[in-house]
Parts: sequence; structure tokens; C-alpha cells
Amino acid sequence: MYLRDTIAAISTPAGEGGIGIVRVSGPDAERIAARIFRKKEGGFQSHLFYYGAIVEPETGFCLDEAMAVLMHAPRSYTREDVLELHSHGGTLVVQNVLQLALREGARLAEPGEFTRRAFLNGRIDLAQAEAVIDIIRSKTDLALEVAQSQREGSLSHRIGEMKGGLVQLLALLEAHIDFPEEDIEPASRDEISARVAGFTLEIGEMLATYGEGRILREGIAVLIAGRPNVGKSSLLNSLLREKRAIVTSIPGTTRDIIEEVVNIRGIPLRLMDTAGIRETEDLIEQEGVRLTREQIPRADLILFIVDASLPLSDEDLAIYEVIRAKPHVVLLNKSDLLEQPVASFPRDAVTCSISALTGEGLDALKDQIADMFLHGRIDDARSQVLINNSRHRDALERASIPLQRFSENYTLLGGLLELLAADLREAVNALGEITGETSTDDLLDLIFSQFCIGK
Amino acid sequence: MVVYDNTYDVIVVGAGHAGCEAALASARMGCATLLLTINLDAVALMSCNPAIGGLAKGHLVKEIDALGGEMGKNIDATGIQFRILNTRKGPAVRASRAQADKQQYRLRMKRVLENQENLHLKQGEVTGLHVEDGRVAGVDTRLQVRYLGKTVILTTGTFMRGLIHVGLTNYAGGRAGDLPSIGLSDQLRDLGFEVGRLKTGTPARLDGRTIDFCRLEPQYGDDPPVPFSFSTERIDQPQVPCHIAYTNERSHDIIRSGLDRSPLYAGVIEGIGPRYCPSIEDKVVRFPEKNRHQTFIEPEGRDTVEVYPSGLSTSLPIDVQIAFYRSIEGLERVEIMRPAYAIEYDYVDPIQLHASLETKLLRNLYHAGQINGTSGYEEAAGQGLIAGINAALQVQGREPLVLGRSEAYIGVLIDDLVTLGTREPYRMFTSRAEYRLLLREDNADLRLREKGHAVGLLPENEYVRFLEKRERIEAELARVRREKLLPSEADPVFMEEFGLVGMQNALTYEQLLRRPDITYAELSRLDSHALEVNPAVREQVEIQVKYQGYIDRQLDQVERARKMESTRIPDDFEYFGLSGLSTEVQEKLRKFRPDTLGQASRIPGITPAAISILSITLKMRGEK
Repeated sequence: MYLRDTIAAISTPAGEGGIGIVRVSGPDAERIAARIFRKKEGGFQSHLFYYGAIVEPETGFCLDEAMAVLMHAPRSYTREDVLELHSHGGTLVVQNVLQLALREGARLAEPGEFTRRAFLNGRIDLAQAEAVIDIIRSKTDLALEVAQSQREGSLSHRIGEMKGGLVQLLALLEAHIDFPEEDIEPASRDEISARVAGFTLEIGEMLATYGEGRILREGIAVLIAGRPNVGKSSLLNSLLREKRAIVTSIPGTTRDIIEEVVNIRGIPLRLMDTAGIRETEDLIEQEGVRLTREQIPRADLILFIVDASLPLSDEDLAIYEVIRAKPHVVLLNKSDLLEQPVASFPRDAVTCSISALTGEGLDALKDQIADMFLHGRIDDARSQVLINNSRHRDALERASIPLQRFSENYTLLGGLLELLAADLREAVNALGEITGETSTDDLLDLIFSQFCIGK
Repeated sequence: MVVYDNTYDVIVVGAGHAGCEAALASARMGCATLLLTINLDAVALMSCNPAIGGLAKGHLVKEIDALGGEMGKNIDATGIQFRILNTRKGPAVRASRAQADKQQYRLRMKRVLENQENLHLKQGEVTGLHVEDGRVAGVDTRLQVRYLGKTVILTTGTFMRGLIHVGLTNYAGGRAGDLPSIGLSDQLRDLGFEVGRLKTGTPARLDGRTIDFCRLEPQYGDDPPVPFSFSTERIDQPQVPCHIAYTNERSHDIIRSGLDRSPLYAGVIEGIGPRYCPSIEDKVVRFPEKNRHQTFIEPEGRDTVEVYPSGLSTSLPIDVQIAFYRSIEGLERVEIMRPAYAIEYDYVDPIQLHASLETKLLRNLYHAGQINGTSGYEEAAGQGLIAGINAALQVQGREPLVLGRSEAYIGVLIDDLVTLGTREPYRMFTSRAEYRLLLREDNADLRLREKGHAVGLLPENEYVRFLEKRERIEAELARVRREKLLPSEADPVFMEEFGLVGMQNALTYEQLLRRPDITYAELSRLDSHALEVNPAVREQVEIQVKYQGYIDRQLDQVERARKMESTRIPDDFEYFGLSGLSTEVQEKLRKFRPDTLGQASRIPGITPAAISILSITLKMRGEK
């Protein structure tokens, strides 16, 4: 829960930048603005940018020259009074501005608290609030585009349309249930059934995007496997060498959670146990197999690397047995040294010839991975709604089940109206959970506006 | 002011459908009860259509009956046509409806009141409440008599500042032929209640001798008629048909020509009317593309020629009324006996009530029926019953009876009223009940008999009969789960017919009944015992088995909501300044003062986020 107080936080990333922004939201924002921002004269007009200086009110000491904007509630990000102070971007300067705001009565905001307030104050719905978090965490452009489009309400809009359509159908059924003695023209049953089938299909299509959506949001966990000294480290280095591709690295306290993230054709590839790979190149054989086995459950994709200049060893085959049930690509390393690779693999295995050392063949590998995970389905992330969140997927599934039951009942029972209506209602409620509202108050309004009722 | 020398436990103001149930309930629960009415000849009078029940309303009547109310028995004794609607749309939306002999209906109810122990029935117009220390302590009448009572139930119907409209002519009246109640609503407003204005209307009563029934399509009731009450064995009185007629383009032209003298369209009427029961002029204006409107010509009784043309209520001037009714085929020579009219009346915003129907402003005061913005005899009776029970429980120092949305239509009705309020006359529909599959007519006794017994309203013999029925249902359920159809012993014709040939494992009768194409009728071909099972028990078992999947899903939903429904918000809870609630939400909550978190969640404009905050705050307070 949030307290109805005033919060403040640095809104620009840590480190040096051109400008740094401190954002303040809550009832004290305007008072704090008046206290610490010195400008020519007069008060603040909402949504106007002012030039001036940030000063300590007691001493008159000037922290920095700055720009400031005050946005009055409700026309602001949080729907509260919001103050933004734009100072120079040095770490210390921005910290000092924040400290000053805190001294003047603001509280340091918790992570995501501005967005939470926007949601609690009804500016955005649940799906949009979740999208904001996704935007902040997006690791590739494609993932960002999906998140941006959801924040703009693309998902909410699509869900709203489906829900509206279902409520329309529900109103048709309910009118026949509640007003049996009115001469309401019977609705075309075939049409109703066709429309429900249409919605079921639409939900199915949305659910089908979950694989891609989740991958864009969470990335693919990739395990580089292979016996010692086949080129795991080199492959890792080659992948990481393209500096531009490194989006982030997450240092952890234990080796297990050290991950490097690489952007491949818009997919965040989370390389697992990167430290481990470097450390374990000289481990004894059984240990390597054991480690691989342990990591497998967490991996979405395994890059299994072998030395193509040598025949497959027993150990290669042992590791292959361990990983083959998972999606994998067999990398024939050192293929640049040979006319024909010596190692041979089952015909159905996906193989890729590379040189881990020079990076040759990596482009083909990337295409291969993108093909495996996106199935060529994401051409324009903005034009389609991608389901990237398990909560949304669950709700869609819970909407889909009663709709399928509706279609079964329809043929089976000739459709007892009240059971059909119960199915539709369940679907409507499940869809409503995505955007955080489940009311069907509009049902009776619809009935009265469409049918002449009244005996 | 004369103070009457008898102090009552419960004083009921108004003897309509709400007032009668309220007074009977409290008297039957042992409370000294006074029932005051403006006109003792109009007790339980059906001011509008001569019928009880219908969709969702039939459900209400069965619930009233299950709890120990009178309405079901009264219509069973005086009904002249019984029908079950929606027989093919599903078990929960089946509903009973009956035409009443209007005069017999009122006379029988009056007789029941007169014979009721602990109940005084008196004529008198209540002009004000007697208030002491912020509690109601009695009522004052037009004749300057003060009756003292520990609790008071207001069931004022359309009487408070009633204003009758026919064309541009209007006059004060509580109903055509009755005086209005003047003064009471002004006092309520002074006490701080929000008083609003609603409108309703009724068609003309026509002389049946001047209608050519041969040209109308008759509609007969079910044979044999099925009673409402769980205690009625059968209906004996003779049954009569209704007739169906239609308006036509000429009728609509006549109506349009009179709109300039319609109080509705001339802006004379300020009260809001019901959208589900619009006047004929409303229908013609709002749905111009419809070239005819249906009407059922309903008999008002067996001893009268008066008939009621349903759906044709109007407030047009009398000359337009005559021309309009005569434009209908079969009614060319019709004579109007009582003109149609609209009536405006005062109601009190029901968000000012607890779910017990006690007002939040004034302790020991209860409101029931149209004063709460509802319409319909059944809605009124349901509230009257609950108000009567709760006034009695209050006098006895016991906790109020509050029915949940998953327990009864009465619960849905009252919860809607106290959490949503209403801007138009509120009528019950089955689509208002989110747990509709649980709230069936057939199981009203299983849902509510126990509660009626617990409050002390249900007579012991009826309770014993119910317990027997419940046991027989349990036994039969156990039997159909136990008994099996063995492939080796099965009748090959039956197996062929239901596609069971080649069946490997034995099927229980329950599994067979679950199939949409197998009912007890089919089952009886395998199971000689099936036909000996009592029909009511059979019906119950069949429904519970056949729709178990749906029923279980709704029960799951009920379970999920239970925590919120049972989290109480203290009366003195301070919303102002509560961290995290927007000012708008705070103001709404302060206005509504919900009793539970569940109620709060249904108030329009209260977001799920606000509910989480409230929930956490309540929890923290509870832990302190």
C-alpha cells in the first residue's frame, strides 16, 4: 500500500549525464517547489518550464542552475501534483538536489512507486501499469516496442473490445431469459455461435503469441555446454565481443546468478553461468557432465559445442545424451580449419558450423536462434498484441475455457440459455481481470437500449 | 397529542405488500406489533397488475415462502391462472407466475392479519416519526395520536407526497382513490435523509364486457397449476385465461398526436420512471420502428368484469386514452372503467440503509419497499419480510438476518440497494444475480428454510416437513451414486438408443443422469425405483446431478468472495485522511458507509486498488 505523502526520487539513470532529473510527487510538491527553486517572480503555472536555481532555503546556497516544471493534479503522471527538477547531470549534484527535497519533507520513493500511484489513482489500468515496468526492464528494442505498445493501451484496448463484444452477446441471451413474455425477435443462434467461435479463435491467437511475448520480455536462458577445451570460453567471448550487443550484465553474489545478456535479432539472450564457463574449462570430465545436468532445467536453449576437428569422444556423447531432450543447437567448432567436419551427428540435429575464436558463423547461428524462438512471427511488434505476461496468459486461458464450453454446450444441449450465459459471464470476468475491472453493470443498460421491453 | 397507552415492539407504517410481510413476521416472532394504514380497505391491494411472480419475482416469492412469509400462500389461495415461464432455458431461470383475483387476494391477506396473534391492525395516517435521543421511538398520526414503539418500519409505497397525473391535470393522492401521505417525507428530509422523487404508472382498467375476446388469442395457464408455496399441496380454485392483443400503427399515431398534452413530455413530471416498464407513449417514441406492441389482457378477478391491459400504462389525457384503447383490434367498443395514470412519489435513497434495512441515520428505524426505490409487489414483500424479521431480532437483542448475494435474490436485491442506490424504480432481474445457478426457485427451501427456522418465523410442522424432504434428497443422491447400470445386465434396446453398446465399465445412475438426454423418465426404464421417488426430490436430484459442473464453479466463486463479504467495517470507521485513498473515493465511502468490505467493493467508483488499501488498513486495525 502507499501512503498519501510526498515522494521523491532521481528519475535519470545513475552516473554522469547531460541532465539529471529529480521527480517529486504528492501534496507537498508545490510547497517544496516554492521553497527550493528560485526563479524570477510569482508562483508556478502548471505545465510551464521555468529557468532558475536550486537553493537551500535557509542559507540561500545555490546547488545548481536548473529548470523546473510543476504539473498540477490530475494532469500528471501520478495524478498528483508532480514537480520535476532538471539540474546538471553529475552524480553528486543530482544526489544533493534529492537530499534537499527529502529534507523539505519528501520521502524517498520505493522502486516503481510513481507508477503504482498512477495505477492507484486510476490513470492507467493494471495491464498498462505492468507495461511500464516492462518498459523500464526492456533489454532489446523489440521487447521495448511490445511494452510501449501495451502501455499505450493496445492490449487493454483489444481486451476491452472483446469484452464489449461478449457483453453484447450476453445482453442478447439475458434479454431472452429475463423477458420471456416480451415479443423480442429471436437472435440468430448461428450468428451468436459464430461470434463466440470468433472470440475463441482470437483469444487462441493471442495465447499463441505468449511464447514469443515471454521470450521478448524475459529473454532466453542459454546454456553453453560441452566438454572442457572445446571452445566454450571462446564462444562466450565472441558473443560478448560485440560490445554494442551487451545490454546489461547482472553481477550476483553467487556464481550461479551471474548472467550476461546479449541482444540477438531483438531477443535478449541470457547466457547462463558465464563465470562458471571460464572457471571450469579445466575441470575433470565427470564434473563437467554433472554441472551441465544441473543447469539444464533452467535453460531454454542449449548451445552444445564440439570440436569438429576431432572425432566425437565418449564424453561428447554423454553430454549430448543429457541435453538432447531440450531445444539445442550443435555447434561444430573449428570448422574453419577443415574442409569437412570430422565429428558427425544424428541427421535430425540442428547443427551450425562456427569458429568460436574468430566469430565466423555467428550470424548464421543468430538467425538460427531467432528462427527457433520467434518462428518468423514477429515482423512488426507494434502492429500486433503480444502476450508477454503469465498473469495475462492465465486470464486469457480462463476466458477461453468457458468459451469453448459454450460452443460444446451449444451443439450438445441445443444450448440451455442460462448455461450459455453462465459461460459468457465467466469469460467476460476473466478478461476483465487483465485490465483490473470485472463489472458487467452495463448489461441491463444494453438490454433496455436495444429492446423495447415493458409489459 | 394523545399518547396511546400501549407500547409496541414494532410499528409498521403502511399495509401494502411490504407492510403485511413485515407485520406478520414480527408478530409471528412474538413481538407486539402495530400495523397502521391510511385505508383498511386497501390492505395488500394490487395497485397495478393483478399478478404475482414472473422472472426473478417468482424466485423472490419462493424465498419469502421458504423463510416463513405469507405471499406464496396468499397467491396460492387466490390465484386464477398459474404458469411456469422459461421451462426450456435452464433450471435456474424457470419462474412461476400467477394471475390473482385481486379482491380475494387483499381480503385473504387482511383476514390473515386480523387472525394473527400479537398484531393490531389500525387505520391512521402517519404524519411524523417520534424521535428520542437519536432513535426512533414511535409515530404520530394525522389525528394527533402518538403510538410508542421500540422500532418503526416505514413502507410508504407511492403515498409520500403522491401526485397523480392524467394528461396535464394532476392532483394529490397515494393511489387513485386514496389519500396521500403528507408531512412524513418532509420530516425525513429534515432528519438528514436524502429524499428523491420517482414516477410509475398504470394502465386503464377496462370493461371486459365491451371487449370482443373471440378476436383475441387466449392464453391458458398450466394444467395442473403448480403452487408457489412449499406448503401448498394443490390449487383447487377454477382457472381462467388471459388474452393477447396488439397495438397498431393507428394506435401509435393517436399516441403521437396527444404527446403535447403528456405530462411526461411536457416536463410536468420530474420523477424518474422505470425503463423496464415504460408507458406506451415512451415505447412509441423510443422505438418508432416497432409497428405493434403486445399486450396481455389480464382478468382482475372472477367476480368482476374489470380487466387489466398489461404494458399499456399511460399518463395521456383521457380523450387520447379512449381513442387509443379503442384503436386496438378487439377493443373497438371498449369502455374505460378506471383511467390510466402516472404517479409521482417520494423515496429515500437506499444507500442510507444497512443491509439489515435499518437506517444508518436513525437507529431502530427500518425502510422497506417503494420507499427504497424499488417497484414490484415481490420486491416490496421480500424487503418487508427482512425488515420485520430484523426489527423483531433487534427488539429481542439478537443479531440481524442478512442474506448474502449467493444465498438469495432477496440478498442480491438488498445488497444492490444499499451499495448502488437507485435512480429509477428498481426491479429484480435474474441477470442481476451473479450466482444465478445457485439461486433457483426449486431450491429456495434448501437455501432458506433453516434460516427462517433459526429466527423463529417458520412454524415447526413446516420445518419438520422440510427436514424430511432434505433427508430424502440426500438418500436419493446417495442411491443414484451407488446404483449401477451393468453392461452385462443392460437392456439392449436402451443401450442402442443411448449409444452405450460396447460399454466396458458399469455406469452409475448419477453418470447416466449427467447426460443431457437422460432424465428420470429415461432412467426409470432401467430402474424400477425411480418412479417411486417423490417428484420434488427427483427434480432436486436431477438438477444437482446434471448441472453439477456449473454449480461447483459458482460455489468456487462464492468461496473466493467469502473473505471480503465477511470482513466487517466498523460503523465509526474514519475514511477521511486514510492514506492512499483519493479524495473522491474517501467521499464516496463516507457517504455510503458500507457494512462490509464486500459491500464496499460493489460501490460504483471504488477501485480494486482502494479495496486492497481498505483491506490492509482493516487488518492492521484488527491486529492492534
